[in-house]
Amino acid sequence: MAEEKDFTQPQPEGEEGQRPNEARRNFLKQSSILTAFALTPGVAVKAADLKFEEKVAAAFEKVNVTLEINGKKRKLSVEPRTTVLDLLREQLHLTGTKKGCDYGQCGACTVHVDGQRVLSCLSLAVMQDGKKITTIEGLADGDKLHPMQEAFIKHDGFQCGYCTPGQIMSAVACVREGHADSDDEIREFMSGNICRCGAYPNIVNAIKEVKNGGQKV
Amino acid sequence: MNQFQYVRPTKNKAAIDTVAKEQTAMFIAGGTNLLDLMKRGIVVPEKLVDINKLPLRKIEKENGAVRIGALALNGEVAEDKLVMEKHPLLSQALNAGASAQLRNMATVGGNMLQRTRCPYFYDTALPCNKREPGTGCGALQGYNRMHAIFGHSDKCIAVHPSDMSVALVALDANVLVSGPKGDRKIPFSEFHRLPGDTPQIDTNLQKGELITAVEVPETAFTKNVNYLKIRDRASYAFALVSVAAALQIENNTIKDARLAMGGVAHKPWRLTDAEKALVGKPATEQTFRQAAEIAMRGAKAFEHNQYKLKLGPNTIVQALKNAAAAV
Repeated sequence: MAEEKDFTQPQPEGEEGQRPNEARRNFLKQSSILTAFALTPGVAVKAADLKFEEKVAAAFEKVNVTLEINGKKRKLSVEPRTTVLDLLREQLHLTGTKKGCDYGQCGACTVHVDGQRVLSCLSLAVMQDGKKITTIEGLADGDKLHPMQEAFIKHDGFQCGYCTPGQIMSAVACVREGHADSDDEIREFMSGNICRCGAYPNIVNAIKEVKNGGQKV
Repeated sequence: MNQFQYVRPTKNKAAIDTVAKEQTAMFIAGGTNLLDLMKRGIVVPEKLVDINKLPLRKIEKENGAVRIGALALNGEVAEDKLVMEKHPLLSQALNAGASAQLRNMATVGGNMLQRTRCPYFYDTALPCNKREPGTGCGALQGYNRMHAIFGHSDKCIAVHPSDMSVALVALDANVLVSGPKGDRKIPFSEFHRLPGDTPQIDTNLQKGELITAVEVPETAFTKNVNYLKIRDRASYAFALVSVAAALQIENNTIKDARLAMGGVAHKPWRLTDAEKALVGKPATEQTFRQAAEIAMRGAKAFEHNQYKLKLGPNTIVQALKNAAAAV
């Protein structure tokens, strides 16, 4: 890991020396929070009215978990109902893993847990105690992209890019599992990743190239 | 998702005692269906008992059967050497279900306990006797394209979504359970229930009972088998109709047969009369067509699933042809 920032702490906005991408991401995060408030005043007011909420929350304590995320060990405190996806995105600000449907139907949230591809939206963080999680952020070796990332770029394996982190995590697992021996097998074993833009033929080509390229995946 | 307490026992007894004693406690294993239901507020447990630390994941040979631990993952069972050798039909059915990611999470025990995917069950704004007994069945007069043609009642016409269970009922598997009153063995065909007047109850499992394993007796159905699943897209969709077919053929004569359907009833639907009609006959399309006709006796469709009356027998014939041709 190049960065050793503690993402469990709130990140300062408009930090000096940040890369343009980061500034854009921060802006998006901020503005979407503002939009959410603007659009749902009723809900916000209602939530404030529910004073008993606090008492209920006290009865359901946070639980300590230790996870290794992208090679870095982290001791975290989570509510039992926190999914791995929400932990990654909301608490650790690892927003590479995408929330598509949040119901296990689209594959955008695919990560590796102990080397196996799973859906982070249907995994409780508390149930992964002691496990190793790899996200799209942990795939590259420093500035050197993973062969699958290179192949997706070369073969134009995406348009809007929203499903791409999930596609790539799934594709890496597909090759490692030995399920990339033919176009049909790739299609079958990649069927859990939906691409609304329809980049499927290019995704198959990218996976084939990595599979046949003989690089370490 | 509602808040809940979380415990992770390491002994079967501790897990069973907790769920048996506490009304709103539930087991969680893979969580692929339970968390989905909790997010929608359809199931609201106040305590989750994580059973993943229990020693229930082994796949082994035992007394003329393959014993598959309840926590074995769908993906690892599908690709297990012993399962592929002894029960290729089960392997095919598992690989036809869900996606690679979900098969890496979902357990064997959880697969058979998954709830229906009837849209009226999932939409909390609409009536559903399974979700909220007494509110009525939205599907009966509604959009019932995915629904049952066998064994339904005027209270519920939902179907059971599991592929694995269709193979297991065909293979005469047993479900091994441990509960507060001890251990018992449930024949797979008696594990799931028809809806009747109590569609809210899917299985004959009692409160606090924990599935520990499924036992699949060894048979000669190791070669001529086929699990054929017809769906709206080529992969990663629930079955419109599926068929598990297994044949024992000697000199082109069918010595024994197993046949079951998915996507057509509230439980995996074994077709014993059709099986009998196959035995002793030549393995020809004509034989298969006759068996398919027998299989469809008593089928009753609704406004939007009439197509299943035709798709059903055609799928049976094709699955039997595939099984007969398998080498």
